Amino acid sequence: MKVQLVKLAHARSGDKGDTANIGLIALSEEIYPILVREVTAERVKQHFKGICHGEVERFELPNLGALNFLLHESLGGGGTLSLMTDAQGKTFSTALLRMEIEVPDEFNNGLDG
Amino acid sequence: MKQKIRIAAGQGFWGDLPDAPVRQVEGGPIDYLMLDYLAEVTMSIMQKQKARDPNAGYARDFVPLMRRILPACVERGIKVTANAGGVNVRGCADAVIDVARELGLSGRLRIGIVMGDDIMPRLDDLLSRGVELRNMDSGEPLSTVRDRIQSANAYLGAWPIVEALRTGAQIVITGRATDTGLTLAPMIHEFNWSESDWNRLAAGTIAGHIIECGAQASGGNCQFEWRSIPNLADVGFPLVEASPDGTFVVTKHERTGGWVVIPGIKEQLVYEMGDPREYITPDCVADFTTVRLEYEGRDRVRVFGIEGRTATEFLKVSISYSAGFKAVGTLVYAWPDAYDKALAADRILRARLDRLGLKFDQILTEFVGANATHGPLAGPPRSDIPEVQLRFGVRGEDRSAIERFTKEIAPLILTGPPAVTGFAGGRPKVEEIVAYWPALIPKEEITPSVEVLDA
Repeated sequence: MKVQLVKLAHARSGDKGDTANIGLIALSEEIYPILVREVTAERVKQHFKGICHGEVERFELPNLGALNFLLHESLGGGGTLSLMTDAQGKTFSTALLRMEIEVPDEFNNGLDG
Repeated sequence: MKQKIRIAAGQGFWGDLPDAPVRQVEGGPIDYLMLDYLAEVTMSIMQKQKARDPNAGYARDFVPLMRRILPACVERGIKVTANAGGVNVRGCADAVIDVARELGLSGRLRIGIVMGDDIMPRLDDLLSRGVELRNMDSGEPLSTVRDRIQSANAYLGAWPIVEALRTGAQIVITGRATDTGLTLAPMIHEFNWSESDWNRLAAGTIAGHIIECGAQASGGNCQFEWRSIPNLADVGFPLVEASPDGTFVVTKHERTGGWVVIPGIKEQLVYEMGDPREYITPDCVADFTTVRLEYEGRDRVRVFGIEGRTATEFLKVSISYSAGFKAVGTLVYAWPDAYDKALAADRILRARLDRLGLKFDQILTEFVGANATHGPLAGPPRSDIPEVQLRFGVRGEDRSAIERFTKEIAPLILTGPPAVTGFAGGRPKVEEIVAYWPALIPKEEITPSVEVLDA
């Protein structure tokens, strides 16, 4: 079953130069391993096609049930050089939450509700 | 030794809610007020202000704030750590001393100043000795922008602030100091932590990270169940109750809005995070994969388990340099066919700029209401979308080209697609770009200096 990340996680994003960072946090302990399996650096790079022009790195924080992504070359030069509305990458968080991932069917209950 | 100290955040950035620090002082018991004023390019703004007026070059808001809170701070023994000094720490301290005297607090207050972060006068010497100050992101040597540099400062950590506190300073004013150091220093001072107590130094650093963005730790910008967050109009800024063992509780004053909840603390922990195992400050390397969180009551989150490692041999340096000019113009197109009209206007504008032969390093068109934040992920806009804002930006080295561009926006109203408005602000402003150059410098090159002055 495909589920959009916005139903499984919350997130906060920010910038360091031309790199956006997105912290993706599972809404429950049971969801975290699914995020680890499905939301890979490759998937995120593909999701941000046309936005992220560099490499995507992923780091795991099992203690917080969170993943941290670094999206390099994503902010139009970054900081004051950028012409973008979102030069600080603040809305990359919810852009990631648009992604749909595969979850086991038993997760159906408790979502959407 | 105290068994608990309360350190309150008063500003998440220079320009945050002006009354927040006052409310932190008046809203309940605190021992320290921490104020972070310096964003990455703030120093260059202050450098310019100082060039025009030798008495300027620091966070001016800090002085009227001190006027409001100094009597209460002196009365109740509240100490202040602030990187408000910018590029004129002494000037800032002098202004606060004047205020203290006017308030009749002479002899009742000592002000510590931390300097030594400014390496601007030493750049050529450093470069000639092979300290290249390469850009941490691009790897380029600093010599490529040498003649355009406007400010250069090393980030100092907690220890010089600790020294000022130990010398009896009640207000400590720094130039470029890390925001985490402003929170960590009071803990080191009160609990007598050692320079190699890496786990506790990391704990204090992470406490600083949690509260350094102000209300982002107490309900502001919180995605988790955002509709349920109580009374953000009256949001309470966060504070930490720190213990000698390095554990701490994040909370806020009673009878304030917002909330302190575990999902919100998690959001702030991952904010502007790189490699979570390698959060590098001048004071230690903190490991965010060791952080544990639990509730200790309503609006109280206990943070424990934090581990850290030996500090690196380097300090980060923030250099700002002049990097050309930019301007952004906007127009709003209304239904019907709002998006198509904005697209057409964009094509017309680009054709006109082409015909003028203007050269830019970058041109960016965004359609606010359709794709300005999520780009292609937003999908095509609905055909009946009520309005779209065309947002057109250019950047380049040649100021006159940018100036010429700013004259092409308003004419689109009478010479382009119909049902257009939103041009009340006049021509777009040409903005000088001051860009940020992060670099590393060996610690032995930097010697912080600490003085304590009597008010």
